[in-house]
Amino acid sequence: MAEVTKGGQQATVAPAIELRGISKAFGPVQANKDISISVQPGTIHGIIGENGAGKSTLMSILYGFYKADEGQIFIHGKETQIPDSQAAIAAGIGMVFQHFKLVENFSVLENVILGVEDGAMLKPSLAKARKSLKSLAEEYELHVDPDMLIEDLGVGVQQRVEILKALYREADILILDEPTGVLTPAEADHLFRILNGLRDQGKTIILITHKLREIMEITDTVSVMRRGEMTATVKTKDTNPEHLAELMVGRKVLLRVDKVPAKPGKKVLEVENLRMVDDHGVERLKGISLNVRAGEILGIAGVSGNGQSQLLEVLGGYAKATGEIRVNDEPIDLTGKYSDGRSRRRRGIAHVPEDRQEHGLIMDFPAWQNVVFGYHHAPEYQKNKLLMDNAKILEVAQDKMDRFDVRPPNPLLEAKSFSGGNQQKIVVAREIERNPDLLLVGQPTRGVDIGAIEFIHKQIIALRDEGKAVLLVSVELEEILSLSDRIAVMFDGHIMGERLPDQTDERELGLMMAGVTQEGDAA
Amino acid sequence: MQKMPKWADVALIPLLNLLIAFVLSGLVILAIGENPIKALQTMITGALGSTYGWGYTLYYATNFIFTGLAVSIAFKAAMFNIGGEGQAMIGGLGVALVCLYIPFPHWSVALLFAMAGGAIFGAAWAFIPAYLQARRGSHVVITTIMFNFIAASLLNYVLVNVLRPQGEMNPQTAAFPEATHLPTLHEVLAPIGISFSKSAPVNVSLFVALAACVIVYLLMWRSRLGYEIRAFGLSQDASVYAGISPFKIIMVAMLLSGGLSGMMSINNTMGEAERLVLNSVEGAGFIGIAVALMGRNHPFGVLLAALLFGFLYQGGSELSLWTKIPRELVTVIQALVILFTGALDNMVRGPVERIFIRAAKRGAN
Repeated sequence: MAEVTKGGQQATVAPAIELRGISKAFGPVQANKDISISVQPGTIHGIIGENGAGKSTLMSILYGFYKADEGQIFIHGKETQIPDSQAAIAAGIGMVFQHFKLVENFSVLENVILGVEDGAMLKPSLAKARKSLKSLAEEYELHVDPDMLIEDLGVGVQQRVEILKALYREADILILDEPTGVLTPAEADHLFRILNGLRDQGKTIILITHKLREIMEITDTVSVMRRGEMTATVKTKDTNPEHLAELMVGRKVLLRVDKVPAKPGKKVLEVENLRMVDDHGVERLKGISLNVRAGEILGIAGVSGNGQSQLLEVLGGYAKATGEIRVNDEPIDLTGKYSDGRSRRRRGIAHVPEDRQEHGLIMDFPAWQNVVFGYHHAPEYQKNKLLMDNAKILEVAQDKMDRFDVRPPNPLLEAKSFSGGNQQKIVVAREIERNPDLLLVGQPTRGVDIGAIEFIHKQIIALRDEGKAVLLVSVELEEILSLSDRIAVMFDGHIMGERLPDQTDERELGLMMAGVTQEGDAA
Repeated sequence: MQKMPKWADVALIPLLNLLIAFVLSGLVILAIGENPIKALQTMITGALGSTYGWGYTLYYATNFIFTGLAVSIAFKAAMFNIGGEGQAMIGGLGVALVCLYIPFPHWSVALLFAMAGGAIFGAAWAFIPAYLQARRGSHVVITTIMFNFIAASLLNYVLVNVLRPQGEMNPQTAAFPEATHLPTLHEVLAPIGISFSKSAPVNVSLFVALAACVIVYLLMWRSRLGYEIRAFGLSQDASVYAGISPFKIIMVAMLLSGGLSGMMSINNTMGEAERLVLNSVEGAGFIGIAVALMGRNHPFGVLLAALLFGFLYQGGSELSLWTKIPRELVTVIQALVILFTGALDNMVRGPVERIFIRAAKRGAN
């Protein structure tokens, strides 16, 4: 294990948190291996690592969800046992989870006092909390209307409520798990201002993320985790993104995507005035019009939940809609009567779905059966009229897994036993290799490790260079900016406008993602 | 990461479950003052000690193979069809109508038609719950169990008021004509010089059941339809993404399931009773659930589990015949086996998994 350098430690001040030799195994999987880390009070400490590197496990140990097999926890220099989250709160630790833990139909105030009411009657607690929220709001720019119901608040504000909850419990160590995943760039900036304010007031903050940009922007110190081990702790100002990426992956990675300029051909996909109402009667697509040409990538940017998923579902053939979609000048059915995933594939539309575990793969099927999933009617996979040619499919799967560098390259393993990145490679191999005219890609690198991101991006670019049309939906602006030849921004079921990647930046796209209408764009 | 070897999953765990069930049953027998060793001996001699015993064991097993396969197919599509009992009853009606009203030249032709009759009637009985599930989302567990009661009442009405011959006191049909009588194992084996008990009811339906195991295996693991059924059962969202129609899969899986349950009646109605009697299914539809659970929803697992339950049924009735152990206690023993092999499976699985993981770790270090 790499040596831990304790950056900036002053001999007199005990670390806010010090972990010594923490290990945790789940069955045969060693999630944390002999981890030692010390976090200085009044700093923002980033923990970065790929998915499955053990970041969340470590924080869950700190918050009392798991018990470490070995190791000690020191809070402000004192050894502390944290058997449950009550003990963590008592030790001054507050946690903001990636998925908020709020009661949707309670008000902000009610959520804040939940579990820490002072007595049998609510009124005194509520009054106390109201006063305390007011002072917290002024101190840290954490403005929230205490009487609003959670369900009426945006995600950015909901996150503020989570932070308020922790502060109300007098946390002086705040752990945030992937806090910007659901935020627009502007909301993320706001969050960072809040975090900076908290640090200035002497709070200690641990920020878990896989986004290098955030680490560089806000942290004082950063620890890198890889495969359950803490590989390095460095001062942020002494490092750079390339170096961190290398530490995370264990080899040099290309962060920028290399590509030649697009040579757009004829229009492959044309969408006109597409409207879609979901099962709850909510209109999710409000008149979408766009087109994608052969040999180009159209990136759809937007905060998740603004209709991008529905657009992919309609195009992929499993949701009904009205309007018109033409592929290669031929209209495709939108009523759901004659349209399904199978008929879309016959029309040359391949689809890497947003959620590979829910949609893209049957997690309990072995890899080889997943390699034909959706294409299992193809004549080359049939032995005769009645039976499938399993031997042939197994062979095809082995070949694809070798060429797409799926690890381990064992087609008999169940899909669920592969890492996120390798699962995604299986899906990408399946969809790309059917030689589609149009490839729909949703969140191609969500939950995918950096090494695999590079590979998947290359595959998408290669398909474009072969003259295929690609529609890319991603909530990662960096990904949109580096892959797309054109960018359309979606907000609340509308296309807010289109931009060229070299004539725009994250700030402008971020404003459009937040629904700010620009001059010259029809909303 | 493999938690434990496959052989432990398919063989060791069921055997351990069975062992626990038998030990507990032994304690119960001990508690009522009987000798559990002697009881086990009685069961084994009674069920496996003679061709007569085997004849009954295999006869029951035949029933359970059909209903076990039926439950397992539906289960693969994530449909819990607990209407096997009713589907088998109505299947019996189909078999009876075919046998009573079509004049057959030979039993083999009769068997083919009776299979079709039983399967179509059984499938028809599964059709309404299947349709309600596929189109309206009415839960198939609720509807199939209600259809069991409807089937029982319907059969009661038909046997009392429609199909009962004049002068017959019991609610049953007339005896089926001679040409529809299926050869028993005795008649099948006699020409090749093997003597088998004359009075045991096991008949050629056993071979139909064995063939059904093979066909279901090919269907589920080698055909496109089976692939779609299994995919749908594991993830409906993913199946829709892949272009698999949920409506089609629910209907097909339930109709196949109902058809197999209905086909059971060639064994009990056509092969054994040679007339349709009230309550001819005798709970085999429900035993099918346990058989499918224990057989891990795999045709060959179902075959083995059906044999086990055949043994328990036959051994159990011998037990009440030759010892003072009351008939109800036999049901208790069967229930314990179902409890441990089906419902309490995880109780054994967890510790065994941990042992394997520990062993694997020690091996690795």
